[in-house]
Amino acid sequence: MDRVLDNNCPAVNRSTNRYRIGIAGVPLVFLAVFYFYPLIKIFTLSFMPEGVPELGELKKLISTSFYIRTLWFTTWQAALSTILTLIVALPGAYIFARYRFTGKNLLQSFTAIPFVLPSVVVAAAFHALLGPNGIVNSWLMDSFDLTVPPIRLNHTIWFILMAHVFYNYTVIIRIVGGAWARLQPSLSEAARMLGASSWKTFREITFPLLFPSICAASLLVFIFCFSSFGVILILGGPRYATIEVEIYRQAVHIFNLPMAAALSLVQICFTFVFMWVYTWLQRRTTFTLYPESRKVTQRKPSTRKDRIIVGTNIIAMAVLLGSPLAALVAQSVSTKQGFSLVYYRALFENPEQSIFYIPPVEAIAYSIGFALTALVLSLIIGLCAATFLAQNKSRAASLLDPLFMLPLATSAVTLGFGYIIALDKPPLNLRTSIMLVPLAHTLVAYPFVVRSVLPALRSIPANLRESAAMLGASSVQTWMHVVMPIVRRSVIVGAVFAFTISIGEFGATVFVARPQTPTMPLAIYRFLGQPGALNYGQAMAMSTVLMLATALGFLLLERIRSGQEGEF
Amino acid sequence: MKRSIIQLLILIFFAAVLTGCSKGEKSQDVKILNVMTHDSFSISENLVTAFEKEHGVNIRFLKSGDAGAALNQAILSRENPMADIFYGIDNTFMSRALKADIFEPYNSPMLKNIDESLKLDPQNRLLPVDYGDVCLNFDKAWFKERGVRPPESLEDLIKPEYQGLTVVENPATSSPGLAFLLATIGHFGEDGYLDYWKNLRNNGVLITDGWEDAYWGQFSAASKGVRPIVVSYASSPPAEVHFSEKPLDEAPTAAVVGPGTTFRQIEFVGIIKGTKHMDLAQKLVDFMLDKTFQEDIPLQMFVFPVNRQAQLPPVFVKHATLSDEPILISPDLIARNREAWIESWTITVLR
Repeated sequence: MDRVLDNNCPAVNRSTNRYRIGIAGVPLVFLAVFYFYPLIKIFTLSFMPEGVPELGELKKLISTSFYIRTLWFTTWQAALSTILTLIVALPGAYIFARYRFTGKNLLQSFTAIPFVLPSVVVAAAFHALLGPNGIVNSWLMDSFDLTVPPIRLNHTIWFILMAHVFYNYTVIIRIVGGAWARLQPSLSEAARMLGASSWKTFREITFPLLFPSICAASLLVFIFCFSSFGVILILGGPRYATIEVEIYRQAVHIFNLPMAAALSLVQICFTFVFMWVYTWLQRRTTFTLYPESRKVTQRKPSTRKDRIIVGTNIIAMAVLLGSPLAALVAQSVSTKQGFSLVYYRALFENPEQSIFYIPPVEAIAYSIGFALTALVLSLIIGLCAATFLAQNKSRAASLLDPLFMLPLATSAVTLGFGYIIALDKPPLNLRTSIMLVPLAHTLVAYPFVVRSVLPALRSIPANLRESAAMLGASSVQTWMHVVMPIVRRSVIVGAVFAFTISIGEFGATVFVARPQTPTMPLAIYRFLGQPGALNYGQAMAMSTVLMLATALGFLLLERIRSGQEGEF
Repeated sequence: MKRSIIQLLILIFFAAVLTGCSKGEKSQDVKILNVMTHDSFSISENLVTAFEKEHGVNIRFLKSGDAGAALNQAILSRENPMADIFYGIDNTFMSRALKADIFEPYNSPMLKNIDESLKLDPQNRLLPVDYGDVCLNFDKAWFKERGVRPPESLEDLIKPEYQGLTVVENPATSSPGLAFLLATIGHFGEDGYLDYWKNLRNNGVLITDGWEDAYWGQFSAASKGVRPIVVSYASSPPAEVHFSEKPLDEAPTAAVVGPGTTFRQIEFVGIIKGTKHMDLAQKLVDFMLDKTFQEDIPLQMFVFPVNRQAQLPPVFVKHATLSDEPILISPDLIARNREAWIESWTITVLR
């Protein structure tokens, strides 16, 4: 339809084309400057230290079985983590999409909190809960008179899988839940009326309709687990290594930059292939639908069955996400002498007069400042990229889509080192600039905006837009009054992710020299760097502050969208 | 309601951007001295301010990840250095730093107060600034309750009564882990250390990738872990006392510092080639090696000062111990064998 209309009006065609190229330009320029340029520089330096290619390391990569095994482990643990996350989170997505209940917004914000916690802190929470002396094991040993702890998860694959589900639950909830809420219940109702069982209805109506968003969310989870670093290092122990861990080891501790670069290249190529398969799959499964207002799709859990469904899911979330978080909070208020707020009070003191002391209020302000900057940048870049991809079905677009996702799966060490050698001269003298922090966060965050907005954009039937154009609306007007109201929710989902990623300090910033930017995660790392109960307690207290600040940020973001008539 | 929240968010956003910018502008009229360092670096604010006032300069610290990551960044940026001074290269990384040739020699007058055994670079491109011993720490209460004798030597760890009690960091990913591996190489020799590790593995040693997981995740004295022996620093017991929520008379942990059981980690400071403020950089190095700064080091970073004249704080005098006979391996030897040692260790212990 789109194409037919364009062919009839050459003038429109030309201006639309220019507009399309313009809109792809924003993310492309950003990627060129902050991704490809530093990456090419570090690769050049690694593979051609003297100006001539030295590919000895690449040979080693193939000749030793160790790297093949690492790649295999990286892939299967990511695939398994993704499947487990889907199994656990899809029922949750369903209740968020189909029901209205008190505290729903709060609960939804809460599911995203794990995303911001540093892996050291998550490990501490899991140890407190499931470690050999943890709450669960102590209780089991007491109740069943056991001498050894029955649950032994330390340094096992189960710990890794659990942490990945814990972190990524919210990705499925947000992205699949959002799409589910836009589906017209009348479709499945019709199927039921025609005699289909509820399982058959799900399998043949709901699931195919949800498939694009399930794919999008799974892809994000998969890429996140594929490049998993902290979780593997801390919870998995040294017997497990992903490619990302091996890159860190090679680059930082063995100083083998060529090998690190070679592994990064492998990681990037694999991600590109996964992405390309996904894009291909997605183009085959996309369909358009008239989006439905939430007023129609959501109801109160009124029947007994409804209440059981909602209740079970809330309990599942409480156990899976709530109990580790609760264990954290508990550790921040329990001292050897019992309950006390001494750790929180200590956050406000600087007895050593250290120049690196981070006052809590300042840490919150900096973290939120960076997060908002990253949010705005990610929205601009992500929306431009998604709009371009949604309108363009050419070969170029199918290559650009995977390209846009690459930063998400690129090793932070490699990219961080790339920044050191690439961004060192004016006008890009950003190595030690405070702006490098939100820029690096944006690189990881905007793919989330693309993935959450794109399925929504693609689902808008072309004739909705055409009707608006026929009635004389300009493309900007159409965007504002037709497209935006439909995708608004997905945009906010993307914004929440951008905010979260930045506040949790994902990305290359960990390996980049930077002046004092006292954010909350850095404060936590600072405390955990030295022995002493007070340091540990303060780290837990600061983690709790981080959780609260994040939750507050989410609630504010959610506020923006609530209370709107006929929203989707 | 909705509009006011959006306005508030926009306001916070611009406020944050503005504070960021104004900080950048302020520093343009004064000279800036950049100090690159690792994440564990710390120092008192008033010392820095005093130096800044006296010399009309602003000091900016660039924290650049762990020691290895920071050094790598310094080397990568040698064409166009990011900093004037680097603080915190240790003797395990030293040779690599010197080989990359990124430091200017500087014969600081303060060197006369530093022990000869700590000076490892005859050309003084890297000057010793602090040191500490990496060693075994144990949970005093754990051994007392069970009536087991606490470990005194490396050999103790492979005895049956110490089965499953020890947690050690991976030398491939952790700096205390590497230091401990070097201690075993120094103690048992290049021919014997792998046998020791084989025995250690058979005796149920647990390997973690970093100090944080070992200490906060597995060590019984500091966490809910079940292992009472951990590789940490000789200065960890005073840190336990200093950072306790209630004042303690006795440290809950103790360090094993018998002869040939610890590895001495010496940290160095150096002036980076290409600095535009050579004079100020030298003054800052002098300042770092002088008594005031040196006396500030123990409670900031929990390592020992190199300057003989520096007095130790009471908590160090009372609770910290240094080994009389630490293991020292020349940085050149470390640089030559580092990768091979780590590789052999990995094959012996992990695979």
